[in-house]
Formats: sequence, structure tokens, C-alpha cells
Amino acid sequence: MTALTVAADVRAGRRKAAEAVESHLAVIGALEPAIHAFNQVMADSARADAAAVDAAVAAGQDPGPLAGVAVALKDNLCTRGVATTCSSRILDSWRPPYDATVVTRLRQAGAVIVGKTNLDEFAMGSSTENSAFGPTRNPHRLDRVPGGSSGGSAAAVAAGMAPLALGSDTGGSIRQPAALCGVVGMKPTYGMVSRYGLVAFASSLDQIGPFAATVADAALLFDVIAGHDPMDSTSLPDTAPSASARLGEGVEGLRVGVITELTHAEGIAADVVARVGEAADALAAAGAKVEEVSVPAAVYGLSAYYLIAPAEASSNLARYDGVRYGLRVPGADITEMYNRTRAAGFGAEVKRRIMLGTYALSAGYYDAYYGQAQRVRTLIIRDFDAAYSSFDVLLSATTPTTAFEIGAKTSDPLAMYLSDLCTIPSNLAGHPAITVPFGAGADGMPIGVQVLAPALGETVMFQVAAAVEAAAPPGPIASATPDRGRAGAGGAGI
Amino acid sequence: MTTDAPHAPAPFSPTGEWETVIGLEVHCELRTATKLFCGCRNAFGDEPNTNVCPVCLGLPGSLPVLNRMAVEYAMRIGLALHCRVEPSIFHRKNYFYPDMPKDYQVSQYDRPINVDGWLALPTGRRIGIERAHMEEDTGKTTHVGGGGRIHDAGYSLVDYNRAGVPLVEIVSRPDLRSAAEARYYVDELRGILVATGASDGKMEEGSLRVDANVSVRPMGSTEFGTRTEIKNMNSMRSLGRAIDYEVTRQISVLTSGGRVVQETRHWNEADGSTRSMRSKEEAFDYRYFPEPDLVPLAPPPEWVSAVAAALPALPADRRARVAAASGLPVDSDAVATVVHLDLDGFVTAAAAAGADAALAVRRLANEVAASGDSAHRLSADGFTQLLLMESQGSLTTAQAREVLRHLLATGGSPSAVAASLGFEALAADALGSAVDEVIAAHPDEWGRFVAGEDKLQGFFIGQVKAATGGKADLKVVSSLLRARRSGA
Amino acid sequence: MIAMPARISRADVAHVARLARLELTDDELERFTEQLGAVLEHAGDVAALDTAGVAPTAHPLPLGNVLREDNVVASLDRDEVLAQAPAVEAHRFKVPPILGEAP
Ligand SMILES: [Mg+2]
Ligand SMILES: [Zn+2]
Repeated sequence: MTALTVAADVRAGRRKAAEAVESHLAVIGALEPAIHAFNQVMADSARADAAAVDAAVAAGQDPGPLAGVAVALKDNLCTRGVATTCSSRILDSWRPPYDATVVTRLRQAGAVIVGKTNLDEFAMGSSTENSAFGPTRNPHRLDRVPGGSSGGSAAAVAAGMAPLALGSDTGGSIRQPAALCGVVGMKPTYGMVSRYGLVAFASSLDQIGPFAATVADAALLFDVIAGHDPMDSTSLPDTAPSASARLGEGVEGLRVGVITELTHAEGIAADVVARVGEAADALAAAGAKVEEVSVPAAVYGLSAYYLIAPAEASSNLARYDGVRYGLRVPGADITEMYNRTRAAGFGAEVKRRIMLGTYALSAGYYDAYYGQAQRVRTLIIRDFDAAYSSFDVLLSATTPTTAFEIGAKTSDPLAMYLSDLCTIPSNLAGHPAITVPFGAGADGMPIGVQVLAPALGETVMFQVAAAVEAAAPPGPIASATPDRGRAGAGGAGI
Repeated sequence: MTTDAPHAPAPFSPTGEWETVIGLEVHCELRTATKLFCGCRNAFGDEPNTNVCPVCLGLPGSLPVLNRMAVEYAMRIGLALHCRVEPSIFHRKNYFYPDMPKDYQVSQYDRPINVDGWLALPTGRRIGIERAHMEEDTGKTTHVGGGGRIHDAGYSLVDYNRAGVPLVEIVSRPDLRSAAEARYYVDELRGILVATGASDGKMEEGSLRVDANVSVRPMGSTEFGTRTEIKNMNSMRSLGRAIDYEVTRQISVLTSGGRVVQETRHWNEADGSTRSMRSKEEAFDYRYFPEPDLVPLAPPPEWVSAVAAALPALPADRRARVAAASGLPVDSDAVATVVHLDLDGFVTAAAAAGADAALAVRRLANEVAASGDSAHRLSADGFTQLLLMESQGSLTTAQAREVLRHLLATGGSPSAVAASLGFEALAADALGSAVDEVIAAHPDEWGRFVAGEDKLQGFFIGQVKAATGGKADLKVVSSLLRARRSGA
Repeated sequence: MIAMPARISRADVAHVARLARLELTDDELERFTEQLGAVLEHAGDVAALDTAGVAPTAHPLPLGNVLREDNVVASLDRDEVLAQAPAVEAHRFKVPPILGEAP
């Protein structure tokens, strides 16, 4: 059942929020042992929140557009009094004294938060294997990764544990797992959704965005979380564009460019390229003008990203020093305490990126690495701007391949980084992008097609995404249904 | 005037054929209601860790938002120092230290808000200001055990109330040439900062903190020597002492064939020396990069000009005004003191009323200055009236001083105070008739005095004094006596 | 065009680990030297790019002058804040001895 239906029913008094939430808690209870989508399931507070929504409806009030809808939160979004771990030992047991702005907006919209989802530690990774609390498994096949870093949120929605989830996307961390899990995932225009209360990875790239089973549900959630926040200096001052406004209006007359560099490129699998082609054909058949377009600087996106993101991360993660909160490993003096705490508290990937970023910023290398990457960012924006002078939206692959096996890339960081090839350019440009499930690959695993739009182009982007969704072949059904999930809990794969 | 003021003679420092070169970095806490990036109170002396929030504690997920008033104060400071206000950006300065909640400091680096100004010393010499940039303050660490010294402490305790308090760091060019001049500079700067309303100027509360870059070079050389940076000078006195110590140390290093090492040195007030702060840590590499959580700051021209137009009169202008009114030299201590104590309004009021403005400056710089904070009991009107009573002879100098003491202690109007002290106004003509009466009563003695027996002047003065109950101004009496004798 | 830095050495990695306050084992040092080298080599295409006259983008947004008014907002409850700390004394955060002065 979609979030739109649940909310409409709960607001109309046709359905109890308590029942809706209870059904999701039941799915979580059945599948969580096999999938491990959550770091924490908030069953008690979810039941209390649902009861409050029902009481409001009974009292004749409107709880809001997400009335009674279960929402899962990536565990790097601060929740007051509820552990927020970032899947890191260094924050184990930290309880924020405040709610993220998006969490406040969700509550005000009547949503019911069901839990905090697993992620690659501090959102650094593309498989959710870099979690201090163990990997999340792809609901379609338990021996496959769900993607990452928001793998827990993607898996939760794919498995029906919650109709909606929030993730964060720094280089593809919403879109890549959404594509690998066969759900819709969207990264908003930079500044569209407040970052206040999102534990920072790379501040100039991070955006919070929705996961949903359908484009319309993703639009519903986007419309709730988007908008100006005075607590975030990088928050856009204007009214957010509506994602729901032109859903179902079709694509007649719209100009769609298929990005050569992010589709027909080395390393992008044939089945993925084929699905993008089919989506393009479907849009053309629906009346869009579809052409190939080149965004030449996009090929430098990955390199620029792996200089900028670690640089910012190295600074953002300095505060985990054992002084004010979180883990402390004692030392004879403060430096020893710092060194030991951070050695014990961070996992290998986080250390690697802190090292990379520290190096990229250090004296003598700034210009060659960080400074140069920022200039490449300018080139990417220019090339996108040029493309958008001829096209309303762009189309590309979301990921180079379908979900890979757990453990396949953990020893080769560069191979892992390459799985963000197609998603990174939007983060560097600050543009919105959405992935829509579009059939399966040769291995029967989901494939996503990416729709990209210029800054503030959410309305037309969702409009096109809905058309892609409407044309999509039936996707694979997550095989980890409650019954099979239990069966599969013992071993990898079903 | 306190003993810390720089107008006292500078300590003699025999640098011989060496020239001292000093540049100062002054950190000034701004008098905003809240911190630089969050709404926590900016207050000194509150209970530890009570003015903290997710932002100034650097909690995960928190984000900074710039305080408009801090920008306004920063511009006031820049404009008062004749800087250009420019578009600026904030950077992160990365280093680990427990008083810094995020383990980076948000500061302005290569694009500061104020650039390229100057400050005129009371002598008129201009000291260049390279920049005056905005940044956040750190928390406060207390060292426990080992007598509170950092190197011997068993552990340390951190209070983050001060973390995130807005600072402006004012960096001078290396234009200062002696410890005394450095003290003049800081005193002048403090006056400017207080005048703009941006700072309370309290060095003892750490509102104003001074670091000094010191080097020496052979007299006549145009190249700079290797400099050291001196930190931890908590008063004007320690600023002068530390610079003198460091200059002497550098000269002795150089004259004994050594080389000065570029380093940061810590001033130790107790033993009066500087000590190298180098630890086994490698040199700091701050890895500056643009703060991605903030956006560029470019105050629109109309904001800048509104701030410039609203600037109050600065100490240098005020000294010039007092000097012009009183005829005293503009760089005199008395003039500086009157402005320093915010009493220059009394001088201009006195001058406007036709009172002796030079006398006003002397009274203010001496009696009033010495009375500490009692000056608030004095009104400009009352003060002017007192000056007039003295110059018109209705009060003697001694009586005027006495009346001033009472005004400072208890307030009131000068005539009422004079009356209560029994200093009834003895007008010159009243005194004249007293003199005439005494002459009439002692014709013999008067005859001898007129004939040249000068020692009788004392006799007549004594008689007049007795007749007036001691209220007569004896100088006036003797001049009256002389006038009567020459006219006899 | 900016000169390509030389391949990162084990000593560079050790230096960076000190800057980043990360205690690394010999094994990690070895591995990171190898892995960072590979990533930086891949990033070399960026370092080698001719970007003369291209301004850096620190921010995808053209925002500026985002300011808040100087109004006091309630601070956090001290007990709640200190309850999260690994060590506390006299309402302050307690830390091991600090060997050097702040820079
Ligand atoms: Mg500074
Ligand atoms: Zn605060």
C-alpha cells in the first residue's frame, strides 16, 4: 500500500494509524533478522506516535499529509534522545539533544518514525558493508549488497518495512542503493532540504532525500521535507518547487537528453545500458523529444569527488575526539587519547577517507588536489548548463551494474568508488536527480534509470520520472517476503 | 589614570645599535548579545557550560548561522581603523585542541572583511593595519594539579561558554619600534574599540588579548630579522615587559653568534621570561579551506556607509578637540587622560561657558581622574560653575579643590557645597572694605608701612584674616594692601 | 597546469596520520600507502587538467549574506550535555593532560 493511500485513509478516518504502523512493525519483525536494515527499531515510540495521530483524527484535527505513514530514518539524522550512531563505534550510544529539521517536519506532517536504518559508517561507502554493526542485505537476494551508503533505508522500503524512508546523498548514497534495491530514490537540489541535524560527511555535497516504492510517494515525502530553514545557512531562501504538481501530465513536448558519458561508458554493463535505452524510447514514444547529449566534464566527476568529499570529511570528522561525547579510549595525554580513540572508533573506510582528505588539504597539495577539484566542479556545472540550454531533463544510468555480491569489492576501494560514477556529477553540480526502477538485469536484479534536472528543476524532474515509472517493465519482486526472508536468514541467497 | 596606562615613562631598554620591530595581533571579543554562529548568550563569568547548544558544542549535525550584529561590529572596527570593507569568506583552520569543539576554528583567511587601514598613535605616527578579520573564540581550559600550569597538570577541565564568542583579530603591520610604542598602540586601539561600542576593552577579562611578533635588526637595516611570536601577555604591563625581555634575549642570541628561531614563545609573568612553546608535535599544518557550511559575506555598500556614518567620534578626534579648546598640546598626558576617562565633554562645556578650559583639563586629569569612578557624580554644569567661581575669586584654589572633593564624594551643586563648608563668597569689594577698616583702625602702623616698613604687611594680613574669620584669599589681600599703599 | 605531486609515500601517510590524530598499525600504514596511492593516481586526471582561468566552485549555490539577528535563544540543559561526556568534573569536560599550548 502506498504512503499516499495510507495518509489519505488515516486522514479520512478510514484506517487507524496504529494498524498501518503495526503492519509495518510485523514486516520488520519478520525480515529484519535476515536483512538487517535497522540499527534500531523504535517500536514503542512508533506505537505511541501512531496513537497520537489517531487521537488527533478522532478529535477532528488533520495530522498532516503523512498522517500515520511509517517512515524509516537513516541513522545519521539526529533524533532527540534516541541514539544516532552513523553506524560508527565512535558515536555508539550518543543521544542527540535535538531533532534534525527534517525529523521535526516529518512529525509535524503526522509521520510515524519506525526506526533508524543502517548505513556505511558516516555515509562513506556504496554497499552498507562499512557499518560497525554489520552489513545490510539486499531484499532481492541476501548475498547481494543493497548499495550504500543509505542501504538500510533502501532495503527497508524494498522489503516493505516502511513505505517511506529518508537517506542522505553525497555522491549517490540515495540513488545508488535505491537502484540496486528496486525502489525510487531522489537527491534534491543542494540547499532544498535543510541539512540541520544531518551528521555531516561532505558539507558542500550532502543532501537529504526520499526513498519510496513509487514516484508519487517520493514526491509526497519530498514536498514535506523541502523548504527554507533558518538554521542552515546553505538553505535556499525561496519556496520549494512542488514535486507533485505535474505528476501524470506526461512528457509531450519535453526535451530529454541521454548523457553519453554516464550511459555509454566503459564499465557500464550492457543490461544497464539497454534499460536506459528502453526508458529513452518509452519517453520518445510518449511524445518527448529524445536525443543523445554530451556532458564532457562529467568524466572527471569521480576524481573530483574523491578529493573534495574526503577533504571536507576529514574536517567534519575531526570533532570525534573523545572529549564531549561518544567513545573515548584513555591515553596518558590528550594526543594519545585522540589517537587511540579515533583509531578504535573509526572503521577502515572512514580512516582511509580522513587520510585522503587530510592529504589533499595539506600544505603543498591543496592546489593540485582540492583546489583543482573545485575548478573541475566549475567545469562540470558549465557543461551541465550547456546541456540544459537544449534539454529540460537528462537521462542516464544510475549505477554501472546491478547489486554486487557482499564482500566483492571490500578489498578494492577504487572498484567500490567506481559504483558512484553516474550519480556523483549531480552532487558536484548541486542539481537534483532521481532514480526510477526500470526492469531487471541479466541476473534478475533491479536496475534503475536516472533522471537529472537543473537546479530547482524538481517539478519537471518528477514529471518525467513518473512517465519513466509508467513505462517501466514489471520489476523483480523482492524475494525476501516475510516467509522466504525467514528461510533465507540462515544463509546467503535464496 | 592607572599604572597600566602607557603614558607613564617607558621602561628604559638599551637596544644600542639594534632596532626593534614589532607587529601586534589583537584579539577583541565583540559585545554582541549572542555568539558568532548561534543564539547562546555571549557573557563573561557565567556558570561553566551553561551557554552552550548543539552549534557551539560542535555536536554532529549542527550548522552555523552568522550573527548580523557581529558583522556590524566588525565593520565598525574596520572603518574606525580606516580599513576597506571587502567581500569576505570564512575558512576552516584545522587543528586538534580540546578547547575547540569542532577541532577546527572558523576564521577568515585570505579574504578578510577589513583590509589595509591605519591607526594614528597620539604622537601622530601612523601604524599600518594589515587586516581586521572575524573569527570564533575557543572555550576555556583549567589545568588541575601541578599548580595550574599546563605542562605539569594532572588533567584539564574545559568550559565551552566562551566557545563561539565572536572575535575580531586586528593585525598590525610590523611598524612598531619599541615596547613603549606597542603599549601606546594597544591603548589607542582599546580606546577606539570601546568608542565604537564593539568591545568593552577589558584586558583583565580577556576581552582584549594581545600577541606580539618581535624581531630585531641592525640599526639602519631594511630587512627584517627572524621574528618570534609572544603569547600570553595579560596586561599592558606584561606586554611591555615581555617585549623588552624578548628584545634583550634576541640581541644576546645574535651578538653571541646564534640565530633566532622562528617560533611561538610563551610569556611567563611569574619569572618574567618567554619560553619556547615547541613540543614534540610537528609544525602545525592548518589545512585551511573554505567553510562549506557558510556562504560568502559581502556587506552591501549602503550597509557599509550607514555603519561609517554612525561611527562616534574617535579618541584622536576627541583629543584634538580638547587640545583646541584648552590650548594644551594634543599629545599631552592630561589631554589623553581626559579623553581616556570620557570626560572631554566637561572641557567643551566649560569652554563654551567661558570658563578656563586649561584649568578644566588640569582639574579633570588630576583631581577627577584620581577619584576613580566617582566622576559620575559630577555634572558638566556644576563643574563649569565651580571653575567660574574659582577664576572669579569667590573661591580660593584650595577651597575650589575642597569643593570638588565633596562634589565627587557626595554630589550636589558647587555653591551649596561651598556654603555648607562655610566658604561664603567674599567678593573682592567685601574684602576691600575689610582692608579699609583695618587700615582705619591702625593709622600708626599704616603710616610706617606706607613709609617703607615692608615687614608690617604680615601684620595687616593677619588683621584682615582675623576680621574675616579666615575666609579671605590672602593673595588677594596682599594685592589689595599693595594697591592701597601705592595709592596713598 | 598544476604539477602532479609525486606518489604518496609511507612517510607521507605517517605524517598525515599524525595530523589526523589516527594511530595506525604498521599493517594499516602499508595498506593505506598502497590504497591512497591508487586513488590519487586515479585522481591524477583531475590534477593534470588545464583549468587556467577557471574559478573554483566552493559551493553550488549563489547564496550570500545569510545572517541571523542577535537574539538570545535558550541554551541546552547542562546535565543533558554533560551526561554524554566520557568524563566530567566540576561541571566541566575532563581531559587528560594537554602537553602543548594552543597554537
Ligand atoms: Mg586568530
Ligand atoms: Zn551555542
